[in-house]
This record gives sequence, structure tokens and C-alpha cells, in this order.
Amino acid sequence: MKRFSISPPVAALLLAVVLFLLSGLLPNGFGSDLNVAYAQAMNILRLSVFLGVIAAGQTLVIISGFEGIDLSAGSVVTLTAILTYVYVSGANEKVFVALLLSLAVGAVIGLLNGAGITYLKISPFVMTLGMSGVVTGIVIILNHGNVQGKIAPIMTRLIARPFLPSIPIPNALIIWLVFGVLMWLLLERTTFGKQLFAIGVNRVTAKLSGVNVNGMNLATYSLAGALAGFGGFLVVGNTGVVLIQLGQPFLFPSIAAVAVGGTLLSGGKGSYWGTMAGAIVLTLITSLLTTMQMPDSVRRMALGVTLLVMISIYGRQRALRQ
Amino acid sequence: MKRLTWNTLLVRYPSLFALILLVLTIAVNFIVQPKLFAIDTLNSNMRVFLPLILLSAGQAVVILGGGIDISVGAIVCIVNTILATRVGLQGSPEAMLQYTALSLLVGILAGAINGFFVAHLRLQPIITTYATSFLYGGLALYILPNPGGGIPAPIAELYRSSTPFGIPLAFFVIAILLLLWGYLRSTRYGNYLYAVGGKAQAAYETAVPVVWLQFSTYVISGFMAALSGVAITMLSGAGNAEIGLAMTLTSITAVVIGGNALSGGVGGVAGPVMGAIALSFVQNIISFARIDTWWETLVKALIIIVALATPGIINLFRRRT
Repeated sequence: MKRFSISPPVAALLLAVVLFLLSGLLPNGFGSDLNVAYAQAMNILRLSVFLGVIAAGQTLVIISGFEGIDLSAGSVVTLTAILTYVYVSGANEKVFVALLLSLAVGAVIGLLNGAGITYLKISPFVMTLGMSGVVTGIVIILNHGNVQGKIAPIMTRLIARPFLPSIPIPNALIIWLVFGVLMWLLLERTTFGKQLFAIGVNRVTAKLSGVNVNGMNLATYSLAGALAGFGGFLVVGNTGVVLIQLGQPFLFPSIAAVAVGGTLLSGGKGSYWGTMAGAIVLTLITSLLTTMQMPDSVRRMALGVTLLVMISIYGRQRALRQ
Repeated sequence: MKRLTWNTLLVRYPSLFALILLVLTIAVNFIVQPKLFAIDTLNSNMRVFLPLILLSAGQAVVILGGGIDISVGAIVCIVNTILATRVGLQGSPEAMLQYTALSLLVGILAGAINGFFVAHLRLQPIITTYATSFLYGGLALYILPNPGGGIPAPIAELYRSSTPFGIPLAFFVIAILLLLWGYLRSTRYGNYLYAVGGKAQAAYETAVPVVWLQFSTYVISGFMAALSGVAITMLSGAGNAEIGLAMTLTSITAVVIGGNALSGGVGGVAGPVMGAIALSFVQNIISFARIDTWWETLVKALIIIVALATPGIINLFRRRT
């Protein structure tokens, strides 16, 4: 008999829909008012975009296997957000350069991670953890207590506002959809994607089949850094203010989003759709717990239990007895 | 005869690097703090280091078995809040004993919950213990929402200034820890631990009780985290629901510096203990070298990265010549 199974991205998405509908029944939920429900749904989706983009790089390094993980993503987000904020300082014409700058800075940090992991054989966990400390240190020195800057009006227009007044879909969501398609193309329709899954399953066989494993590793970590940099650019465009702790709260949720989306943390198997679904579920749960006005302690416990339940449903690994 | 290279040495003694780092940090520390080996200075250093040492030892066992435990810092927090709220500043020594025993049980229980989800339900360790870290951290915050409370000063003083036979208390704890590990290593359990961490599938096929072994490593780590929580509470004397959170990642760094592979099956406990002491000395050096506070984070992170990179750099140069 074939076991009933459902793919993780679909399961996560279904879970999000059910949770969202249930949340309507709460005392301060949307009840039967469809307009309010729509507005709430859009708001949660808009907030998921930032976690989703930051988790994209995380998805890549986790798929690449070999204990791959990027613990520097949070601090890179903070760094590029602050750089964008300071560099743009209210000028629309500087936004594009700021975007390129964010991507480049992220890529350089990612490249350093990749070099340490590939050539100096430092385990990804501690290499990226150490890098996170270095980047945070740089942020603290750059910041020196206060930063002067401002985001440009065009960034708010392109990220936080709806597409058109008649089409009330936030621009960030459209950016995310395009981004999702690009990620899908990258993973499923390019040599890079094929080789990424190959090195994730088994580095030795990948190497023997002609994959440049070291080059792939460097490219993956650089790309992950660049994507985190892009995340920082988007986050500051949405919030409009910078803090020294802006990016750190995204770090572990980005790993959780990848895991909830069904990507194996040991590498070689996964998808970006799953990560997108995971980001939506996590953002939904966090905002639901916030609107329920529970004390911080209960909220944390509820988040922990929900995560446990979610990964228990389909995050189980293969049994040894097979 | 095969020439002894740095690589073969490291494979044979994974903790060699931690030992070198430890000697180096002690030497540098001695320069910035000449009275380092005076009994009082030694004691005041070691009593601060001990909580991290205990935590890293537990983390090392989990990592040896092929897992990882992100929830250890949160377990430290629970223990701290239990002691700070239940014993109180005016508490009796009996109450302290009772609640210390209770705390250790709580640590074992928390570890058992981790172990159940990871070993029995086969969930991925990093994400499972991340989830339970929220559960335990939230519980700690529930017990003690705002920093406050504490344990009686005379009891805290017992931890802070005991130097039996003129040797700081922490050294006795470390000695017992290493003796216990040495014993455990020599038993069948020790062999199983390395077998499961090395290759769980192969261990299973040779009739090693893989599930129970993985479960037990989390229980050990939970217990060690609780001990660490007791130590840090006696050190600070006060309650704070977030006291241990930052220690989680440091304990993992200490284990890696100690020569254990994060994939499991390589290393031991002595290396991570040395790693934890070396990391603590780095912190010490930074605070003694009077580095501008703005630069502290960067300097500390750079030292850790350079320390981790050095063996790799040496290897790169050796291959060229």
C-alpha cells in the first residue's frame, strides 16, 4: 500500500491557510469582514517577503550540503541596510547604486565565507558564525552610536506601497513572486542548480562526475551573501529606519523557514517554493501570536511548540531500519 | 617510516590545536595580567569560565553522537530562574540543595524532550533544539518575567571563593569531569558513541542501540546545561531569564575549536574543555588590553576566525613547498 504523502511546500501552505482562517475566529480577528481579511492577509504576505528573500540564500547553502549553513545572513542584512540608509540619504537617483552596493558587499562577505570553508577547511557553522561577529563588529564601528541617513521616497514607493491604487497588492509581493520564479529557474533549469543538488547529495561522486566542487562552493556562498545583502536593502526600504539589531531576528527564522519548507538540512534535496511557504507560515504564526496579546513568555513557548508540531508532521528523517 | 605531518598529528590528536591555542592565550594573558597565576586571580578567572566549560562538555557529547543542541542556553536560563525565584535571597541552605536537585532533574527532563524528538521521532537536531530553545526560553521568562531575585549571598560566596587545598574549586570540577569522561570513553557506551557519530547506519547494522544512544546524549547535555545553570547562578547570585542565551553558540564554537567534527564521531571532551577555557581567556585578554568598547566585538570575532583559520593556512603553505 502506498503511504499517503503530501509535499512539504503544499503542506506548509495549507497549514498557513487553515491557521489564517482560524485566526478570523479570534475575538479581535477579522470575523466575516472580507475586506479586513484581505488586508490582513496582504499584510502578512508583505511581511513574509523579507524573511523569504533572506531565507533564499540560506536555501542555497543548505542544499549544497556538507553541513552548509549561513549564520552570517542576519548581520549582513544589518550591514547592507545601514549602508543603503547612509548612502542613499533621501536621494532617488542613488537607489540603484545602493542596490548594487548591497549585492556586492553581501557577495564579498559570502565569498570570504566560501573561501574559509573551501580552502581553510573551517566548518561552515563556525566560519559563518565568526563572520557574523566580524560583520557585527564592523556595523558597531560604522554606526558608532548613531547613523545619519534616510531612505529615498522611491524605495518606499517600490517596496512598501501597493502596485496601483486599483490593484491593492503590495509591490514587495510582486518583487517576491518574480524573485521566486528566478530562484526556481536557477535551481531547476541551470547547470548551477543541477550541480548544486549534485554536490549536496555527495561531493565525491559530484567531483568524479566533473563538477568543480570548490568553485561551486565559493559561488554558492557568494550568492547567498548577495541575497542576504538584497534582503537588507528590502528590509530598510520597508522599515525606513535602521537599528544595530535589524537583521539578527531574521537569522534563525530563515533556517526554520528552509526546514519547514521541506528542504533537508543535510543537503541535496529541497526547493525555494518550500522556503517561501515556510516563510509565510512562520511570519503568520509570529504575527498571530502578537495580535493575540499574550505575554512575551507565552508567545515564545507557543512559537516553540508550533515549530515542533510542524516539523514533526513532515520533517522526519528516514528510519535506519530500511 | 611515515613522516609525522601536522595533518596526521591532528587526525591522531584532534585536541592538539586547542591545546596550542590554550597555551598561547594563557601566555598572552600572562603578559597583560602578570598576576595571572596568583591563587586569587586564578580563582576569579576560573569561576567565571566554569559555566561555559560545563556547557561545552555536554555539547561535545551531543556533537560526538552526531547531533547538536541549540537549547542548552535556554536550559541554563530555566535553572537560573528556578533557583532565583524559589530559593530567594533569604533562602536556607536546605532550600538551595532541594532546588538544585530539582534543577538538575529539570535539565535531564529538558534533555529527554530533545532526545525524544530527535532520536525517537527522527527530527533534524538543529531545528528541533532551536524550537525547544523557544519553549525553554519562554518558560524561563514565564517563571521570572523581569530580572530579580537571587540566592543567599553566603551560598554564592561558597562557589566564588572556595579554594580547597589551595586550589580553586573549578579545577576539582574539571578534574572530575575529565575523569568521568575518561571512564565513559573506556566503556562500551563510549565505543557506541563514536560508532553512532561516525556512521549511524553502520552502527545500527552492527546492533548498536542507535536511538537510545542518541537519546542519552541529549539527556547528558541537558544535565550538563543544568549544572552550568547552577554554576552561573552561584556566580552571579541573581536571577535573569536571558542569562544563558548567548552561551549556546559560544559552546558550539568551543567544541569545534576543541577538534570535534560537527558531523560527529571525531574528538572528545577534553579538547572542547580546553577550547572553552581558551575562548574565555580571549575574552579576558580583550577586557584587559583596554580595547575601545566599539572595537571589542570585531577584535573578538577576528581572533576566533584567525584561530580557526591557522591550521588551514599552515596546510596551504605546506602543500606549496
